[in-house]
Amino acid sequence: MGATMQSTISGRVYKFGDNINSDIIIAGRYLIYIEPDELAKHAFEMLGEGFPAKLREYDILVAGRNFGCGSAREQASTAIKGLGIKAVVAASFARTFYRNAINDGLTIVESPEVYAAVQEGEQVSIDLANGKIAHAGREYAFPQIPPSVRKILELGGLANYLKANINSGVS
Amino acid sequence: MGQTIAEKILSSKSGAARLSPGEIVDAYPDVVMSHTATWRSVAAMKRIGATRLYDPTRLAIVLDHVSPAKTEKYAKDQQTSRNFAREYGIEKFYDVDAGIAHLVLMENGHIKPGDLVVGTDSHCTIYGALGALGTGIGYTEVTSVWVTGKLWMKVPTTIKFVLNGKFNPGVSAKDLMLYLIGKLGADGCGYKSAEFYGDAMPEMSISERMTIANLAMEMGSKCVFVPPDAKTVQYLEGRLKDFSQYKPVYSDPDASYEQEITVALSDLEPMVACPHQVENTKPVGEVVGTRIDQAFLGSCANGKYEDLVVAAKILSGRRVDPRVRLLVTPGSKQIMLEAMKSGVLQTLIESGALVTNPGCSACAGDGGTMADGEVSLSTANRNFVGRMGSAKSSIYLSSPATLAASAIKGMIADPREFF
Repeated sequence: MGATMQSTISGRVYKFGDNINSDIIIAGRYLIYIEPDELAKHAFEMLGEGFPAKLREYDILVAGRNFGCGSAREQASTAIKGLGIKAVVAASFARTFYRNAINDGLTIVESPEVYAAVQEGEQVSIDLANGKIAHAGREYAFPQIPPSVRKILELGGLANYLKANINSGVS
Repeated sequence: MGQTIAEKILSSKSGAARLSPGEIVDAYPDVVMSHTATWRSVAAMKRIGATRLYDPTRLAIVLDHVSPAKTEKYAKDQQTSRNFAREYGIEKFYDVDAGIAHLVLMENGHIKPGDLVVGTDSHCTIYGALGALGTGIGYTEVTSVWVTGKLWMKVPTTIKFVLNGKFNPGVSAKDLMLYLIGKLGADGCGYKSAEFYGDAMPEMSISERMTIANLAMEMGSKCVFVPPDAKTVQYLEGRLKDFSQYKPVYSDPDASYEQEITVALSDLEPMVACPHQVENTKPVGEVVGTRIDQAFLGSCANGKYEDLVVAAKILSGRRVDPRVRLLVTPGSKQIMLEAMKSGVLQTLIESGALVTNPGCSACAGDGGTMADGEVSLSTANRNFVGRMGSAKSSIYLSSPATLAASAIKGMIADPREFF
Protein backbone atom coordinates (compact mmCIF):
# COMPACT_ATOMS: atom_id res chain seq x y z
CA MET A 1 0.00 0.00 0.00
CA GLY A 2 2.62 2.56 1.18
CA ALA A 3 2.95 5.78 -0.74
CA THR A 4 5.97 6.22 -2.95
CA MET A 5 8.91 8.15 -1.61
CA GLN A 6 8.76 11.93 -1.40
CA SER A 7 11.83 13.77 -2.69
CA THR A 8 11.91 16.27 0.17
CA ILE A 9 10.98 15.59 3.79
CA SER A 10 10.74 18.51 6.20
CA GLY A 11 9.64 18.85 9.77
CA ARG A 12 10.33 19.00 13.50
CA VAL A 13 12.90 16.78 15.09
CA TYR A 14 12.75 14.54 18.17
CA LYS A 15 16.20 13.59 19.40
CA PHE A 16 17.43 10.30 20.90
CA GLY A 17 20.92 9.24 22.07
CA ASP A 18 23.06 6.20 21.16
CA ASN A 19 22.09 2.51 21.02
CA ILE A 20 18.29 2.84 20.89
CA ASN A 21 17.52 -0.87 20.56
CA SER A 22 14.59 -2.48 18.79
CA ASP A 23 13.20 -3.81 22.10
CA ILE A 24 12.77 -0.17 23.15
CA ILE A 25 11.21 0.76 19.81
CA ILE A 26 8.67 -2.05 20.08
CA ALA A 27 8.66 -4.66 22.87
CA GLY A 28 8.56 -8.38 22.02
CA ARG A 29 5.08 -8.82 23.45
CA TYR A 30 3.64 -6.68 20.62
CA LEU A 31 5.18 -8.71 17.80
CA ILE A 32 1.80 -10.41 17.56
CA TYR A 33 0.90 -7.36 15.44
CA ILE A 34 2.19 -6.31 12.03
CA GLU A 35 -0.17 -3.37 11.43
CA PRO A 36 1.46 0.10 11.70
CA ASP A 37 -1.43 1.63 13.70
CA GLU A 38 -1.52 -1.17 16.25
CA LEU A 39 2.28 -1.20 16.69
CA ALA A 40 2.44 2.61 16.98
CA LYS A 41 0.20 2.49 20.08
CA HIS A 42 3.02 0.73 21.94
CA ALA A 43 6.12 2.18 20.27
CA PHE A 44 8.81 3.40 22.68
CA GLU A 45 6.52 2.77 25.67
CA MET A 46 9.47 1.32 27.63
CA LEU A 47 10.75 4.91 27.88
CA GLY A 48 7.96 5.73 30.29
CA GLU A 49 5.27 8.32 30.71
CA GLY A 50 4.35 10.42 27.68
CA PHE A 51 5.56 7.81 25.19
CA PRO A 52 4.60 7.21 22.48
CA ALA A 53 2.01 10.03 22.43
CA LYS A 54 4.52 12.87 22.42
CA LEU A 55 6.38 11.47 19.40
CA ARG A 56 3.28 12.04 17.28
CA GLU A 57 4.02 15.77 17.52
CA TYR A 58 7.27 15.32 15.59
CA ASP A 59 8.05 14.45 11.96
CA ILE A 60 11.63 13.24 12.02
CA LEU A 61 13.65 11.23 14.54
CA VAL A 62 17.32 12.07 15.00
CA ALA A 63 19.48 9.60 16.89
CA GLY A 64 23.07 8.79 17.76
CA ARG A 65 25.08 5.66 16.99
CA ASN A 66 23.66 2.21 16.31
CA PHE A 67 19.96 3.10 16.09
CA GLY A 68 17.74 0.00 15.98
CA CYS A 69 20.33 -2.41 17.38
CA GLY A 70 19.36 -5.79 18.79
CA SER A 71 16.51 -7.86 17.46
CA ALA A 72 15.92 -8.16 13.70
CA ARG A 73 12.20 -7.44 14.24
CA GLU A 74 10.80 -5.62 11.23
CA GLN A 75 8.04 -4.17 13.37
CA ALA A 76 10.55 -1.63 14.75
CA SER A 77 10.47 0.34 11.51
CA THR A 78 6.75 -0.34 11.02
CA ALA A 79 5.97 1.09 14.48
CA ILE A 80 7.92 4.27 13.71
CA LYS A 81 6.04 4.67 10.45
CA GLY A 82 2.79 4.12 12.32
CA LEU A 83 3.61 7.11 14.54
CA GLY A 84 3.59 9.31 11.45
CA ILE A 85 7.38 9.74 11.51
CA LYS A 86 8.61 10.37 7.98
CA ALA A 87 12.33 9.77 8.36
CA VAL A 88 15.05 8.73 10.80
CA VAL A 89 18.43 10.48 10.72
CA ALA A 90 21.11 8.75 12.82
CA ALA A 91 24.85 8.91 13.34
CA SER A 92 24.72 5.22 12.38
CA PHE A 93 22.21 2.37 12.14
CA ALA A 94 22.30 -1.28 13.11
CA ARG A 95 22.27 -3.27 9.87
CA THR A 96 19.03 -5.14 10.53
CA PHE A 97 17.15 -1.90 11.19
CA TYR A 98 18.73 -0.30 8.12
CA ARG A 99 17.48 -3.13 5.88
CA ASN A 100 14.07 -3.31 7.53
CA ALA A 101 13.52 0.44 7.14
CA ILE A 102 14.26 0.28 3.42
CA ASN A 103 12.03 -2.78 3.08
CA ASP A 104 9.31 -0.94 4.98
CA GLY A 105 9.58 2.23 2.89
CA LEU A 106 10.83 4.30 5.86
CA THR A 107 13.42 6.90 4.85
CA ILE A 108 16.71 6.60 6.73
CA VAL A 109 19.71 8.90 6.52
CA GLU A 110 23.12 8.38 8.06
CA SER A 111 24.61 11.67 9.27
CA PRO A 112 26.75 12.02 12.41
CA GLU A 113 27.07 15.75 11.57
CA VAL A 114 23.33 16.37 11.71
CA TYR A 115 23.09 14.39 14.96
CA ALA A 116 25.75 16.63 16.46
CA ALA A 117 24.19 19.86 15.19
CA VAL A 118 20.46 19.43 15.70
CA GLN A 119 18.53 20.21 18.89
CA GLU A 120 15.18 18.73 19.76
CA GLY A 121 12.23 20.62 18.32
CA GLU A 122 14.24 22.23 15.52
CA GLN A 123 13.33 22.05 11.85
CA VAL A 124 15.30 20.11 9.27
CA SER A 125 14.69 19.50 5.60
CA ILE A 126 15.96 16.36 3.88
CA ASP A 127 16.56 16.63 0.13
CA LEU A 128 16.65 12.99 -0.93
CA ALA A 129 17.31 13.58 -4.62
CA ASN A 130 20.47 15.57 -3.92
CA GLY A 131 21.59 13.89 -0.68
CA LYS A 132 21.52 17.03 1.48
CA ILE A 133 20.00 18.03 4.81
CA ALA A 134 19.27 21.69 5.51
CA HIS A 135 19.30 22.88 9.13
CA ALA A 136 19.67 26.37 10.62
CA GLY A 137 21.01 27.89 7.43
CA ARG A 138 23.58 25.13 6.86
CA GLU A 139 23.65 22.17 4.48
CA TYR A 140 24.99 18.73 5.30
CA ALA A 141 25.71 16.15 2.57
CA PHE A 142 24.89 12.51 3.36
CA PRO A 143 25.77 9.24 1.59
CA GLN A 144 22.85 8.14 -0.56
CA ILE A 145 21.46 4.62 -0.56
CA PRO A 146 22.93 2.60 -3.46
CA PRO A 147 20.79 3.00 -6.62
CA SER A 148 19.98 -0.73 -6.86
CA VAL A 149 18.55 -0.69 -3.33
CA ARG A 150 16.96 2.74 -3.67
CA LYS A 151 14.39 1.31 -6.07
CA ILE A 152 12.86 -0.60 -3.14
CA LEU A 153 12.51 2.57 -1.07
CA GLU A 154 11.18 4.57 -4.00
CA LEU A 155 8.34 2.11 -4.48
CA GLY A 156 7.40 2.42 -0.81
CA GLY A 157 9.02 -0.82 0.36
CA LEU A 158 9.86 -4.40 -0.51
CA ALA A 159 6.26 -5.67 -0.70
CA ASN A 160 5.41 -3.09 -3.38
CA TYR A 161 8.69 -3.76 -5.15
CA LEU A 162 8.02 -7.50 -5.26
CA LYS A 163 4.42 -6.98 -6.34
CA ALA A 164 5.61 -4.82 -9.24
CA ASN A 165 8.33 -7.26 -10.24
CA ILE A 166 6.25 -10.41 -9.93
CA ASN A 167 3.49 -8.81 -11.99
CA SER A 168 5.99 -7.83 -14.68
CA GLY A 169 7.39 -11.36 -14.68
CA VAL A 170 10.80 -10.38 -13.28
CA SER A 171 11.99 -11.98 -10.07
CA MET B 1 45.54 -9.78 -2.09
CA GLY B 2 43.73 -12.81 -0.68
CA GLN B 3 40.13 -13.05 0.42
CA THR B 4 38.31 -13.36 3.72
CA ILE B 5 35.71 -16.05 4.43
CA ALA B 6 32.80 -13.61 3.98
CA GLU B 7 34.20 -12.43 0.63
CA LYS B 8 34.57 -16.03 -0.58
CA ILE B 9 31.10 -17.17 0.51
CA LEU B 10 29.39 -14.12 -0.98
CA SER B 11 31.34 -14.63 -4.24
CA SER B 12 30.27 -18.23 -4.38
CA LYS B 13 26.59 -17.51 -3.60
CA SER B 14 26.32 -14.61 -6.06
CA GLY B 15 28.35 -16.03 -8.92
CA ALA B 16 30.72 -13.07 -8.79
CA ALA B 17 34.31 -14.00 -9.60
CA ARG B 18 35.85 -11.94 -6.84
CA LEU B 19 34.51 -9.40 -4.39
CA SER B 20 35.85 -6.57 -2.28
CA PRO B 21 34.32 -4.88 0.77
CA GLY B 22 31.58 -2.38 -0.08
CA GLU B 23 30.41 -4.15 -3.23
CA ILE B 24 26.72 -5.08 -3.41
CA VAL B 25 25.66 -8.39 -4.89
CA ASP B 26 22.53 -10.49 -5.27
CA ALA B 27 23.25 -13.62 -3.23
CA TYR B 28 21.31 -16.90 -3.12
CA PRO B 29 21.08 -18.33 0.43
CA ASP B 30 21.28 -22.10 1.01
CA VAL B 31 18.96 -21.92 3.99
CA VAL B 32 16.27 -19.37 4.83
CA MET B 33 15.11 -19.80 8.41
CA SER B 34 11.94 -18.42 9.89
CA HIS B 35 10.83 -19.02 13.46
CA THR B 36 7.69 -17.89 15.26
CA ALA B 37 7.66 -14.98 12.78
CA THR B 38 6.76 -17.39 9.94
CA TRP B 39 3.09 -16.34 9.89
CA ARG B 40 4.16 -12.77 9.18
CA SER B 41 6.14 -13.92 6.13
CA VAL B 42 3.08 -15.91 5.03
CA ALA B 43 0.98 -12.74 5.39
CA ALA B 44 3.53 -10.78 3.35
CA MET B 45 3.45 -13.48 0.65
CA LYS B 46 -0.32 -13.09 0.41
CA ARG B 47 0.02 -9.32 0.32
CA ILE B 48 2.33 -9.40 -2.69
CA GLY B 49 0.19 -12.01 -4.41
CA ALA B 50 2.93 -14.64 -4.74
CA THR B 51 2.07 -18.33 -4.71
CA ARG B 52 5.28 -20.06 -5.73
CA LEU B 53 8.49 -20.65 -3.79
CA TYR B 54 11.89 -20.42 -5.45
CA ASP B 55 13.02 -23.67 -3.79
CA PRO B 56 11.01 -25.22 -0.92
CA THR B 57 14.01 -27.34 0.15
CA ARG B 58 15.85 -24.18 1.24
CA LEU B 59 13.18 -23.20 3.77
CA ALA B 60 13.54 -24.12 7.43
CA ILE B 61 10.78 -23.33 9.92
CA VAL B 62 10.99 -23.75 13.70
CA LEU B 63 8.26 -22.57 16.09
CA ASP B 64 10.41 -21.58 19.05
CA HIS B 65 9.70 -18.12 20.50
CA VAL B 66 6.42 -18.79 22.24
CA SER B 67 5.99 -22.51 22.59
CA PRO B 68 3.50 -23.97 23.10
CA ALA B 69 0.95 -21.27 22.20
CA LYS B 70 -0.04 -19.12 25.19
CA THR B 71 -3.03 -17.29 23.72
CA GLU B 72 -5.50 -17.84 20.90
CA LYS B 73 -3.64 -15.27 18.81
CA TYR B 74 -0.40 -17.29 19.10
CA ALA B 75 -2.35 -20.48 18.38
CA LYS B 76 -3.83 -18.98 15.24
CA ASP B 77 -0.45 -17.69 14.04
CA GLN B 78 1.20 -21.06 14.67
CA GLN B 79 -1.64 -22.72 12.79
CA THR B 80 -0.94 -20.41 9.83
CA SER B 81 2.75 -21.41 9.91
CA ARG B 82 1.94 -25.13 10.19
CA ASN B 83 -0.57 -25.00 7.35
CA PHE B 84 1.93 -23.16 5.17
CA ALA B 85 4.61 -25.80 5.86
CA ARG B 86 2.15 -28.58 4.95
CA GLU B 87 0.84 -26.86 1.84
CA TYR B 88 4.32 -26.26 0.44
CA GLY B 89 5.83 -29.54 1.65
CA ILE B 90 8.51 -27.92 3.83
CA GLU B 91 10.60 -30.85 5.08
CA LYS B 92 12.66 -28.81 7.54
CA PHE B 93 9.64 -27.94 9.65
CA TYR B 94 9.92 -28.25 13.43
CA ASP B 95 6.97 -27.70 15.72
CA VAL B 96 6.75 -26.28 19.26
CA ASP B 97 8.39 -29.34 20.83
CA ALA B 98 11.76 -28.98 19.05
CA GLY B 99 13.49 -26.05 20.74
CA ILE B 100 15.38 -22.93 19.64
CA ALA B 101 15.64 -22.66 15.85
CA HIS B 102 19.40 -22.07 15.72
CA LEU B 103 20.26 -25.09 17.85
CA VAL B 104 17.65 -27.29 16.17
CA LEU B 105 18.97 -26.52 12.67
CA MET B 106 22.58 -27.23 13.62
CA GLU B 107 21.77 -30.40 15.62
CA ASN B 108 19.81 -31.78 12.71
CA GLY B 109 22.51 -31.24 10.11
CA HIS B 110 20.83 -28.44 8.17
CA ILE B 111 23.84 -26.09 8.42
CA LYS B 112 27.25 -26.79 6.92
CA PRO B 113 30.47 -24.84 6.40
CA GLY B 114 30.34 -22.36 3.52
CA ASP B 115 26.54 -22.05 3.61
CA LEU B 116 24.82 -18.70 3.36
CA VAL B 117 21.99 -18.70 5.92
CA VAL B 118 19.51 -15.87 6.47
CA GLY B 119 16.62 -15.82 8.90
CA THR B 120 14.16 -13.81 10.95
CA ASP B 121 16.51 -13.55 13.90
CA SER B 122 19.52 -11.38 14.64
CA HIS B 123 21.36 -14.28 16.28
CA CYS B 124 21.69 -16.12 12.96
CA THR B 125 25.37 -15.19 13.36
CA ILE B 126 25.57 -18.38 15.48
CA TYR B 127 25.85 -20.50 12.32
CA GLY B 128 29.41 -19.20 12.05
CA ALA B 129 30.26 -21.72 14.77
CA LEU B 130 30.19 -24.26 11.92
CA GLY B 131 31.81 -21.94 9.36
CA ALA B 132 28.58 -20.77 7.70
CA LEU B 133 27.69 -17.13 6.96
CA GLY B 134 24.56 -16.49 9.03
CA THR B 135 22.81 -13.14 9.31
CA GLY B 136 19.42 -11.75 10.37
CA ILE B 137 16.76 -10.14 8.18
CA GLY B 138 13.14 -9.02 8.61
CA TYR B 139 10.07 -11.09 7.81
CA THR B 140 9.19 -9.37 4.52
CA GLU B 141 12.70 -9.96 3.30
CA VAL B 142 12.35 -13.63 4.25
CA THR B 143 9.26 -13.70 2.02
CA SER B 144 11.31 -12.12 -0.73
CA VAL B 145 13.97 -14.85 -0.43
CA TRP B 146 11.23 -17.52 -0.36
CA VAL B 147 9.86 -16.21 -3.64
CA THR B 148 12.92 -14.92 -5.54
CA GLY B 149 15.62 -17.10 -3.95
CA LYS B 150 17.93 -14.10 -3.43
CA LEU B 151 18.64 -10.91 -1.53
CA TRP B 152 21.05 -7.99 -1.91
CA MET B 153 24.07 -8.13 0.33
CA LYS B 154 26.94 -5.75 0.91
CA VAL B 155 30.38 -7.33 1.23
CA PRO B 156 31.63 -6.52 4.75
CA THR B 157 35.13 -5.72 5.97
CA THR B 158 36.47 -8.20 8.53
CA ILE B 159 37.98 -7.99 12.01
CA LYS B 160 40.36 -10.79 12.97
CA PHE B 161 40.22 -11.98 16.57
CA VAL B 162 43.13 -14.04 17.86
CA LEU B 163 42.46 -15.98 21.06
CA ASN B 164 45.47 -17.46 22.79
CA GLY B 165 46.00 -19.60 25.87
CA LYS B 166 43.43 -21.16 28.18
CA PHE B 167 40.57 -19.94 30.33
CA ASN B 168 41.19 -20.04 34.07
CA PRO B 169 38.77 -22.30 36.00
CA GLY B 170 35.34 -20.64 36.29
CA VAL B 171 35.89 -18.49 33.17
CA SER B 172 34.26 -19.39 29.85
CA ALA B 173 33.39 -18.34 26.30
CA LYS B 174 30.53 -16.19 27.67
CA ASP B 175 32.95 -14.18 29.80
CA LEU B 176 35.24 -13.72 26.80
CA MET B 177 32.40 -12.35 24.71
CA LEU B 178 31.07 -10.05 27.45
CA TYR B 179 34.64 -8.76 27.78
CA LEU B 180 34.89 -8.12 24.02
CA ILE B 181 31.45 -6.48 23.80
CA GLY B 182 32.36 -4.19 26.70
CA LYS B 183 35.68 -3.34 25.09
CA LEU B 184 34.41 -2.73 21.53
CA GLY B 185 30.88 -1.50 22.28
CA ALA B 186 27.49 -2.48 20.88
CA ASP B 187 28.55 -1.39 17.39
CA GLY B 188 32.26 -2.19 17.60
CA CYS B 189 31.84 -4.80 14.88
CA GLY B 190 28.92 -3.04 13.15
CA TYR B 191 28.39 -4.00 9.48
CA LYS B 192 31.52 -6.16 9.81
CA SER B 193 32.43 -9.81 9.69
CA ALA B 194 34.39 -11.38 12.57
CA GLU B 195 36.83 -14.29 12.14
CA PHE B 196 38.20 -16.15 15.19
CA TYR B 197 41.69 -17.66 15.28
CA GLY B 198 44.45 -18.38 17.77
CA ASP B 199 45.89 -21.38 19.60
CA ALA B 200 42.81 -21.48 21.84
CA MET B 201 40.41 -22.23 18.99
CA PRO B 202 41.19 -25.94 18.36
CA GLU B 203 40.44 -26.52 22.06
CA MET B 204 37.06 -24.75 21.96
CA SER B 205 34.10 -27.13 21.85
CA ILE B 206 31.36 -26.59 19.26
CA SER B 207 29.14 -25.45 22.14
CA GLU B 208 31.65 -22.74 23.12
CA ARG B 209 31.98 -21.71 19.47
CA MET B 210 28.21 -21.31 19.33
CA THR B 211 28.35 -19.02 22.36
CA ILE B 212 31.09 -16.96 20.68
CA ALA B 213 29.27 -16.67 17.32
CA ASN B 214 25.96 -15.92 19.04
CA LEU B 215 27.23 -13.19 21.38
CA ALA B 216 29.32 -11.54 18.63
CA MET B 217 26.00 -10.19 17.33
CA GLU B 218 25.86 -7.98 20.43
CA MET B 219 28.86 -6.02 19.15
CA GLY B 220 27.02 -5.51 15.87
CA SER B 221 28.66 -8.28 13.80
CA LYS B 222 27.01 -8.96 10.46
CA CYS B 223 28.44 -12.47 10.45
CA VAL B 224 30.96 -14.50 12.41
CA PHE B 225 33.31 -17.34 11.50
CA VAL B 226 35.09 -20.03 13.41
CA PRO B 227 37.09 -21.79 10.68
CA PRO B 228 36.07 -25.46 10.51
CA ASP B 229 38.49 -28.06 11.92
CA ALA B 230 38.55 -31.59 13.36
CA LYS B 231 35.91 -30.67 15.96
CA THR B 232 33.60 -29.37 13.22
CA VAL B 233 34.02 -32.61 11.28
CA GLN B 234 33.30 -34.64 14.39
CA TYR B 235 30.14 -32.62 15.09
CA LEU B 236 28.85 -32.89 11.53
CA GLU B 237 29.54 -36.60 11.06
CA GLY B 238 26.26 -38.37 11.55
CA ARG B 239 24.38 -35.06 11.27
CA LEU B 240 24.95 -34.06 7.64
CA LYS B 241 22.83 -36.25 5.39
CA ASP B 242 25.50 -36.26 2.72
CA PHE B 243 29.01 -35.72 4.03
CA SER B 244 30.39 -35.19 0.52
CA GLN B 245 28.77 -31.74 0.90
CA TYR B 246 31.30 -30.85 3.61
CA LYS B 247 33.32 -28.16 1.81
CA PRO B 248 34.86 -25.80 4.37
CA VAL B 249 35.74 -22.27 3.30
CA TYR B 250 38.89 -20.68 4.69
CA SER B 251 40.39 -17.23 4.33
CA ASP B 252 43.59 -16.80 2.35
CA PRO B 253 46.81 -16.28 4.33
CA ASP B 254 47.13 -12.80 2.81
CA ALA B 255 43.47 -11.81 3.28
CA SER B 256 42.91 -8.20 4.25
CA TYR B 257 41.64 -7.43 7.77
CA GLU B 258 40.47 -4.07 8.98
CA GLN B 259 41.78 -4.73 12.46
CA GLU B 260 43.35 -7.51 14.50
CA ILE B 261 42.48 -8.00 18.16
CA THR B 262 44.42 -10.44 20.32
CA VAL B 263 43.16 -11.74 23.65
CA ALA B 264 45.06 -13.84 26.18
CA LEU B 265 42.31 -16.00 27.68
CA SER B 266 44.21 -16.46 30.95
CA ASP B 267 43.89 -12.69 31.57
CA LEU B 268 40.09 -12.90 31.65
CA GLU B 269 37.85 -13.12 34.69
CA PRO B 270 34.12 -13.80 35.04
CA MET B 271 32.16 -10.89 33.54
CA VAL B 272 28.63 -9.58 34.03
CA ALA B 273 26.62 -7.28 31.73
CA CYS B 274 24.68 -4.79 33.84
CA PRO B 275 21.28 -3.23 33.03
CA HIS B 276 20.20 -2.19 30.41
CA GLN B 277 22.82 -2.68 27.70
CA VAL B 278 25.03 -5.65 26.88
CA GLU B 279 28.07 -3.37 26.46
CA ASN B 280 27.68 -2.28 30.08
CA THR B 281 30.02 -5.01 31.33
CA LYS B 282 31.93 -5.31 34.60
CA PRO B 283 34.16 -7.93 36.19
CA VAL B 284 31.95 -9.99 38.51
CA GLY B 285 33.83 -8.64 41.56
CA GLU B 286 32.29 -5.20 41.03
CA VAL B 287 28.71 -6.49 41.29
CA VAL B 288 29.10 -9.33 43.80
CA GLY B 289 26.32 -9.10 46.40
CA THR B 290 23.65 -7.69 44.06
CA ARG B 291 20.40 -9.38 45.15
CA ILE B 292 18.55 -11.42 42.52
CA ASP B 293 14.95 -12.63 42.41
CA GLN B 294 15.27 -14.86 39.38
CA ALA B 295 18.02 -16.78 37.62
CA PHE B 296 17.41 -17.92 34.04
CA LEU B 297 19.61 -20.65 32.55
CA GLY B 298 18.79 -20.99 28.87
CA SER B 299 18.73 -19.31 25.41
CA CYS B 300 20.65 -19.87 22.17
CA ALA B 301 23.67 -18.30 23.86
CA ASN B 302 23.86 -20.62 26.87
CA GLY B 303 21.03 -23.18 26.93
CA LYS B 304 23.16 -25.95 25.44
CA TYR B 305 23.98 -29.29 27.05
CA GLU B 306 27.48 -28.23 28.16
CA ASP B 307 25.97 -25.14 29.78
CA LEU B 308 23.52 -27.24 31.80
CA VAL B 309 26.39 -29.54 32.85
CA VAL B 310 28.48 -26.61 34.14
CA ALA B 311 25.54 -25.36 36.22
CA ALA B 312 24.66 -28.86 37.46
CA LYS B 313 28.22 -29.50 38.66
CA ILE B 314 28.06 -26.39 40.84
CA LEU B 315 24.50 -27.02 42.03
CA SER B 316 25.04 -30.71 42.76
CA GLY B 317 24.42 -31.37 46.45
CA ARG B 318 23.60 -27.70 47.06
CA ARG B 319 20.35 -25.74 47.29
CA VAL B 320 19.14 -22.72 45.38
CA ASP B 321 18.59 -19.82 47.80
CA PRO B 322 14.88 -19.80 48.72
CA ARG B 323 14.60 -16.15 47.64
CA VAL B 324 15.59 -17.08 44.06
CA ARG B 325 13.50 -18.70 41.32
CA LEU B 326 15.89 -20.74 39.17
CA LEU B 327 14.41 -21.29 35.70
CA VAL B 328 16.14 -23.79 33.44
CA THR B 329 15.14 -24.04 29.78
CA PRO B 330 17.08 -26.61 27.74
CA GLY B 331 17.78 -25.14 24.30
CA SER B 332 16.31 -28.06 22.41
CA LYS B 333 14.52 -31.38 22.82
CA GLN B 334 17.77 -33.23 22.05
CA ILE B 335 19.56 -31.26 24.78
CA MET B 336 16.74 -31.94 27.24
CA LEU B 337 16.83 -35.65 26.44
CA GLU B 338 20.59 -35.81 26.89
CA ALA B 339 20.34 -33.93 30.19
CA MET B 340 17.60 -36.28 31.32
CA LYS B 341 19.58 -39.43 30.49
CA SER B 342 22.77 -38.18 32.14
CA GLY B 343 21.04 -37.13 35.34
CA VAL B 344 21.79 -33.43 34.83
CA LEU B 345 18.09 -32.56 34.90
CA GLN B 346 17.63 -34.50 38.14
CA THR B 347 20.53 -32.65 39.75
CA LEU B 348 19.10 -29.30 38.67
CA ILE B 349 15.58 -30.14 39.86
CA GLU B 350 16.84 -31.49 43.20
CA SER B 351 18.77 -28.28 43.76
CA GLY B 352 15.53 -26.32 43.43
CA ALA B 353 15.32 -25.49 39.71
CA LEU B 354 12.12 -25.23 37.72
CA VAL B 355 12.76 -26.95 34.38
CA THR B 356 10.61 -25.78 31.46
CA ASN B 357 10.05 -27.20 28.00
CA PRO B 358 12.68 -26.38 25.35
CA GLY B 359 12.47 -23.10 23.40
CA CYS B 360 13.34 -19.43 23.73
CA SER B 361 11.36 -19.20 26.97
CA ALA B 362 12.10 -16.26 29.30
CA CYS B 363 14.59 -14.68 26.87
CA ALA B 364 11.69 -14.02 24.49
CA GLY B 365 9.42 -12.94 27.34
CA ASP B 366 7.66 -16.33 27.25
CA GLY B 367 7.37 -17.13 30.94
CA GLY B 368 9.57 -15.93 33.77
CA THR B 369 7.99 -12.49 33.54
CA MET B 370 9.32 -10.10 36.17
CA ALA B 371 7.44 -7.60 38.32
CA ASP B 372 8.38 -3.99 39.14
CA GLY B 373 11.69 -3.75 40.94
CA GLU B 374 12.68 -7.38 40.40
CA VAL B 375 16.16 -8.39 39.27
CA SER B 376 17.03 -11.31 37.04
CA LEU B 377 20.38 -12.84 36.30
CA SER B 378 20.30 -14.54 32.90
CA THR B 379 22.61 -16.55 30.66
CA ALA B 380 20.88 -15.09 27.58
CA ASN B 381 22.34 -12.52 25.22
CA ARG B 382 20.24 -9.40 25.90
CA ASN B 383 19.42 -7.34 28.96
CA PHE B 384 17.39 -4.59 27.31
CA VAL B 385 14.87 -2.79 29.48
CA GLY B 386 11.55 -4.62 29.75
CA ARG B 387 12.74 -7.65 27.78
CA MET B 388 11.68 -10.02 30.56
CA GLY B 389 8.64 -8.14 31.87
CA SER B 390 8.24 -4.86 33.70
CA ALA B 391 10.12 -1.80 32.43
CA LYS B 392 10.99 -1.32 36.11
CA SER B 393 12.73 -4.70 36.37
CA SER B 394 16.36 -5.25 35.47
CA ILE B 395 18.47 -7.96 33.88
CA TYR B 396 22.12 -8.87 34.41
CA LEU B 397 23.84 -11.30 32.02
CA SER B 398 26.45 -13.89 32.94
CA SER B 399 27.93 -17.29 32.20
CA PRO B 400 26.18 -20.50 33.39
CA ALA B 401 28.84 -20.89 36.12
CA THR B 402 28.24 -17.39 37.52
CA LEU B 403 24.51 -18.01 37.30
CA ALA B 404 24.68 -21.26 39.27
CA ALA B 405 26.93 -19.76 41.94
CA SER B 406 24.61 -16.74 42.25
CA ALA B 407 21.47 -18.89 42.48
CA ILE B 408 23.00 -20.64 45.49
CA LYS B 409 23.98 -17.40 47.21
CA GLY B 410 20.81 -15.46 46.35
CA MET B 411 22.96 -12.68 44.98
CA ILE B 412 25.48 -12.22 42.20
CA ALA B 413 28.50 -14.32 43.17
CA ASP B 414 31.97 -15.11 41.86
CA PRO B 415 31.86 -18.69 40.50
CA ARG B 416 35.57 -19.30 41.00
CA GLU B 417 35.09 -20.41 44.59
CA PHE B 418 33.20 -23.44 43.23
CA PHE B 419 36.06 -24.58 40.98
